[in-house]
Amino acid sequence: MTKNPSGSVGIVTPQCAHFTEPLALRSGGVLPAYDLVYETYGTLNAARSNAVLVCHALSGSHHVAGTYADKPKSTGWWDNLVGPGKPLDTNKFFVVGVNNLGGCFGSTGPQSINPATGRPWGASFPFVTVEDWVDSQALLADRLGIDAWAAVLGGSLGGMQALAWTLRHPERVRHGMVIAAAPQLSTENIAFNEVARQAILTDPDFHGGNYYQHGVVPVRGLRLARMVGHITYLSDDAMAEKFGRKLRHGEHKYHFDVEFEIESYLNYQGDKFAGFFDANTYLLTTKALDYFDPAYEYGGDLKAALARAKAKFFLASFTTDWRFSPARSRELVFALLHNQRDVSYAEIASSAGHDSFLLDDPHYHAAMRAYFQNIEV
Amino acid sequence: MVKTGQQDRHDYDVIAGWVREGARVLDLGCGDGELLQHLAATRKTLGYGVERDSERVTACIANHINVLQIDLEQGLAGFEDGQFDYVIMSLSLQAVHNTEGILSEMLRVGREAVVSFPNFGYWRHRVSINEGHMPVSDSLPHQWYNTPNVRFFTMADFEQLCEKRGIAVLERAAFDEDRAIDIDPNNFASVALYRLGRTAA
Repeated sequence: MTKNPSGSVGIVTPQCAHFTEPLALRSGGVLPAYDLVYETYGTLNAARSNAVLVCHALSGSHHVAGTYADKPKSTGWWDNLVGPGKPLDTNKFFVVGVNNLGGCFGSTGPQSINPATGRPWGASFPFVTVEDWVDSQALLADRLGIDAWAAVLGGSLGGMQALAWTLRHPERVRHGMVIAAAPQLSTENIAFNEVARQAILTDPDFHGGNYYQHGVVPVRGLRLARMVGHITYLSDDAMAEKFGRKLRHGEHKYHFDVEFEIESYLNYQGDKFAGFFDANTYLLTTKALDYFDPAYEYGGDLKAALARAKAKFFLASFTTDWRFSPARSRELVFALLHNQRDVSYAEIASSAGHDSFLLDDPHYHAAMRAYFQNIEV
Repeated sequence: MVKTGQQDRHDYDVIAGWVREGARVLDLGCGDGELLQHLAATRKTLGYGVERDSERVTACIANHINVLQIDLEQGLAGFEDGQFDYVIMSLSLQAVHNTEGILSEMLRVGREAVVSFPNFGYWRHRVSINEGHMPVSDSLPHQWYNTPNVRFFTMADFEQLCEKRGIAVLERAAFDEDRAIDIDPNNFASVALYRLGRTAA
């Protein structure tokens, strides 16, 4: 890994950890053996006290920062946050990104070969949950010699993982950093996920999840899923500001091809996504989102569910995020307050909706920078 | 919230004298967290601040202060009854619209409340009004057209409100600059501090 003054971690290379002990999953399924693909930035200090785990959201991956040598445009998804001199400063911290199990970027997932059949797992890949991801990440931490993370950080579904870490392994997380997340999905969120799943499941090219053998991809379903998802990641204001009612041809053409610029944008996003993301991974990940609910085993009592946490917390939400609204983050804040946890909460004014957590709003990054600077290593 | 005086330090010493060691404290309009730092250092409190302004929130984080970015005009929904030993509002009460609402919320969430505010009855302010102008002073440093203050009241007004709402005044302190004022504070004090309880005896 090279360092340069631009604040980028530079050229990075993914690594792979192979695990041969079977992993028992919450769903009752078992993964007999599996790979976790990960990247690291910065240097683990002698005391092994400066490690930060960055958990990814629905479409993210282990590639958090930097670029790949052969692909100059392959910048990591949270590169604006992670690097030398950046808020999550790799001169101070050793940062780890892991592709979740069930993913499609190298960790064992539906595209991987099921050793029992010699064919891709496809739809028979077991359901994985946020807690399963956390447990597999804990085994990777063992492998890397990390007893406790200085911080576990994530946005959206990644924020749910950061929260789950503080509950499943309270002794192994000093700071939980939960961004644009929620204690559970809202009913409306589950509804949107179901629309996305039905788009995939009803695509004739889905073949019950075994489309790999048919040499096809359920492109129509995937792109529809992404289009509806994308709408929910933005805000009405952000879309109006960016596209308004701008016309592609300057006048009404009375056809079903692209008329309004927003249509063009959504089609582009859908096509792009369908070109690299796996449909089975999308299905599994949306289900993991739906199931996540730490209070479920506590009769819906979030305060009781969070009593186990020992970490200090930083939470942030964004004013125009209607998919993971500030009100949901405040539920977490007050449940942590009930348990007398150290917690700071920033409610960032932003027009960009849920996607704001990936942007570099100055107040947002200043708060994150200040928080990271005070973490002792 | 905006601190409107230059007398913070002094304000803080009085408050620290009123707060029990190891108490759970909520500071509304906590600014950069200076008071909470002072209380943590002198009284070993477990403190949280509430602040609306983003730059001050970041300053709190940098100062190792637990801070929640919440707008106080929304009240204290989400905080539990009696969750804190003290809910403090230092030199900010005059900058909140819903005065009655926030006072009753402070005494719901806190077993006691501590407030300080600039006393508009201060004799220099009276002189200023007499001369035909709104007062501008150390404790009221803004002009009428750019002040963050939205409520203008005297110690006598405040005590009347407490009586009307059944709020007990447990302790009171009043100052002109750094000088304690015991006689006729509504006239001679520029800043007033109160420790309040839930029911008047």
